[in-house]
Amino acid sequence: MEHRNRISTLISVQQEDFDPGAEYQQLENSKSVGAITTFTGTVRNLNLGEQVGGLFLEHYPGMTEKALRAIVDEAQQRWALQAVRLIHRIGQLHPGDRIVFVGVASAHRKEAFAACEFIMDYVKTRAPFWKKETTPDGDRWVDARDSDQEAAERWR
Amino acid sequence: MIKILLFASLREQLGCSQLSFDEGEYPSSLFALKEKLADKDDQWRAVMTSNRTLVALNQTMIRQDATLHPGDEVAFFPPVTGG
Repeated sequence: MEHRNRISTLISVQQEDFDPGAEYQQLENSKSVGAITTFTGTVRNLNLGEQVGGLFLEHYPGMTEKALRAIVDEAQQRWALQAVRLIHRIGQLHPGDRIVFVGVASAHRKEAFAACEFIMDYVKTRAPFWKKETTPDGDRWVDARDSDQEAAERWR
Repeated sequence: MIKILLFASLREQLGCSQLSFDEGEYPSSLFALKEKLADKDDQWRAVMTSNRTLVALNQTMIRQDATLHPGDEVAFFPPVTGG
């Protein structure tokens, strides 16, 4: 598995915003890359029919980084990837703000698409983040969705 | 000593983010620890017996029982909602 030695991965858990364009350019660096997929998740202003004024992202410092690293490692074992970039924001966010970024560079599109989706499905079900929404009726913790669990189960 | 952490809705429900047990004060297994915490009061019992409560031992999620050792960190939290 010599491709695993050359792979470049970078994982960040941060309060600050990020620049998807700059992250994309980093992924483009290698000449052997034939496919780059990126996913950016943003805060919606509506959830379950309610107006969302803000979103607070709590996490478990220490475990978060470990869990994200394990997810990226697993993606690298499943597909031949050349670079992976994962960013997850924490703290107070507002509608329209970026929350999460996944970027994958590979020789071929199939691997890049699959790995990007796999990483997101696992981040949603295995990484210790919790969202609390601010709505006109007060703050409420966001419930986990069965559909996210089902999406992650597909990869078993 | 072992450290116990609570996150998100569980932390708010129990009004507790962290507690610790000294040597000799905690049981030797994870399941026994859950039972000990459940004995604190009805709220703790509800959290410890709920099948929605997730457990991490030393920052890795675990479903089965495990032996506890000095320095272990045990965390309880609700299903995750990141991404």
